[in-house]
Amino acid sequence: MADDPHNEAPIHATVPVVGAGLTFSSVTDKISSLVLKRKTPLWWFIGFAISFVLVQLLLLTITHLLFTGIGIWGNNVPVGWAFDIINFVWWIGIGHAGTLISAILLLLRQKWRTSINRFAEAMTLFAVASAGLFPLLHAGRPWLLYWMFPYPNTMGIQPQFRSPLMWDVFAISTYGTVSALFWFIGLIPDFATLRDRTRSKPFQIIYGMLAMGWRGSARHWHRYEMAYLLLAGLATPLVLSVHTIVSFDFASGVIPGWHATIFPPYFVAGAIYAGFAMVLTLTIPLRKLFGLEDFITMRHIENMAKVMLATGLIVAYGYIMEAFFGWYSGNIYERFMIWNRIIGGPYRGFYWALILCNVLAPQIIWFKRFRKNLLVLFLLSIVVSIGMWLERFVIIVTSLHRDFLPSSWGMYSPTVWDFSMFLGTIGLFFALLFLFIRFLPIISIFEMRTILPEAEVEED
Amino acid sequence: MPQIFHHSTNALAKVSIFGAIFILLAALWAAAELHRSSWNTGQWIERQQPIQFSHKHHTGDDGIDCRYCHTSVEIAASAGMPSTETCMNCHKQIWADSPYLEPVRASFRTGKPIEWIRVHDLPDYSYFNHSIHVNKGVGCSTCHGRVDQMPIAYQASTLQMEWCLGCHRNPEKFIRPENKIFDMEWRPENRTSQDLIEGRSLLSKYQIQKPDVLTSCSTCHR
Repeated sequence: MADDPHNEAPIHATVPVVGAGLTFSSVTDKISSLVLKRKTPLWWFIGFAISFVLVQLLLLTITHLLFTGIGIWGNNVPVGWAFDIINFVWWIGIGHAGTLISAILLLLRQKWRTSINRFAEAMTLFAVASAGLFPLLHAGRPWLLYWMFPYPNTMGIQPQFRSPLMWDVFAISTYGTVSALFWFIGLIPDFATLRDRTRSKPFQIIYGMLAMGWRGSARHWHRYEMAYLLLAGLATPLVLSVHTIVSFDFASGVIPGWHATIFPPYFVAGAIYAGFAMVLTLTIPLRKLFGLEDFITMRHIENMAKVMLATGLIVAYGYIMEAFFGWYSGNIYERFMIWNRIIGGPYRGFYWALILCNVLAPQIIWFKRFRKNLLVLFLLSIVVSIGMWLERFVIIVTSLHRDFLPSSWGMYSPTVWDFSMFLGTIGLFFALLFLFIRFLPIISIFEMRTILPEAEVEED
Repeated sequence: MPQIFHHSTNALAKVSIFGAIFILLAALWAAAELHRSSWNTGQWIERQQPIQFSHKHHTGDDGIDCRYCHTSVEIAASAGMPSTETCMNCHKQIWADSPYLEPVRASFRTGKPIEWIRVHDLPDYSYFNHSIHVNKGVGCSTCHGRVDQMPIAYQASTLQMEWCLGCHRNPEKFIRPENKIFDMEWRPENRTSQDLIEGRSLLSKYQIQKPDVLTSCSTCHR
């Protein structure tokens, strides 16, 4: 084999992004066999069953909610926003890593994105689906939610375009649409591969329909690459705009603790931070269970950890600036809010838990020893997810529970339905994810082929 | 490898792409039309009453003023429905033996009011007051149409919010002088520029608020 010119070890300036010895056919075989050939493993059934039970919990909660009203949740004046908005922002944030990986890293020609982009995009879609449920149901009468869209209605009025909640509707629906399109377009050549490789007639038809007649001709590829690039261009501003608009929900309000100019960049960084944490949480077990160490190498894991560290530091800067602004403003309400949030308020424990999870814990990524330890990274990614949830809790609940008038002060405590709704969306997210890893290639087959040493064209 | 799909499915695929757009647009258009149709709004649909009462006869032919029966229209939220005694003021003298009017006489004998069928039913979440409209230059026929030409009463307007707002946004186009409120023949709209000048002067005479007050949510939804 050593004198086989096709198997010569390529010379790379950096660590290769894929394992050694992979060829076009072995990559295709390995990834497509996860869907087509391998028997469904036991862990899949266990995982899917648990998620499915949680989905039922979600349906139960929604049914109870629709029959009774949003009074089943714990939020009430003065804390009018609580779990519903916390979870919405949390889920939307998680989605951002997928878009960043698939669009921005594509435009920046970061080849290492190829192993994880399909997976991360799926995560984005499912996170957006989970996120969308919360504002939909918080509206109280979700069957009238089409009122949020400007259409020629018989009421003779249009939605309030000056309200950031209105912008939210457009931001989230655009985000969902572009993410779904991007994911689907990316899947088309792989659908064709699956169509050609599966032996089962029904799956041939299903994959065949999804492949939309893909034959892999040069013209197909030419148009495909252009479409994919255009969609990447469309998706790129969304990474920044969606969470910016989500942050406007707060920043354009006059509540101390919300009304801060730092919110947009600070929210975007937090979103990417939370998103990469979730990608790590999902990738680490999955590459092990599917034996994908050659595709998702330590370089990927390390890169993601580094992105997490960088965005985590931006988020930490945001926390410092929030406190600084509160003091520097000289406004008694702002100062009280910061004091209440950090030092003297009833929810100060949440703030310090947030600092521990989001600021202190990730500092271990500076050390290569921890960066290379999968167990540590896995646990850390969960800690960061918890921290990002706490961040939204602190911003929303501690800002609201001390109103301008002390007579309106109150406390917030979630009900069992708040928790069941949250758990239910986690179940929905994982159930969709389990279906995805069973029926679709979790790594882009055709894009993987392009980054193999075999694909490097030698120029004489 | 054999073909999975027959060649004809290509056409199907192309049609489905265009179809998705056009079918969706057509469905939205149909929904919008249906929402405004009289099937949904009840506009133009004649309501049969327990007694064959003709507004055309009483108002148009006999010239009875609206307020003779709808007594509280100038002072209360509801225009008011006439009591049986109001009917009997005349009908104990004229048509006193008519079989058509037996339910009226029965009601008079027993004291049990006639159960008229409501023609204009605004939803309960909208606050509506007849007196403010009538006292500020909105005539009967503006909303209720030519009642003097209706043998059987029907709802002349859609009663949808866009219809309310049409006037609340541009009241000068619809208001009329005080002595024309109950005039059925008065055109319900000020169309000419001369009319509009008069309409604007009536706005200040009636002290009608600016449209941003008239169209504030809580003006009608309290």
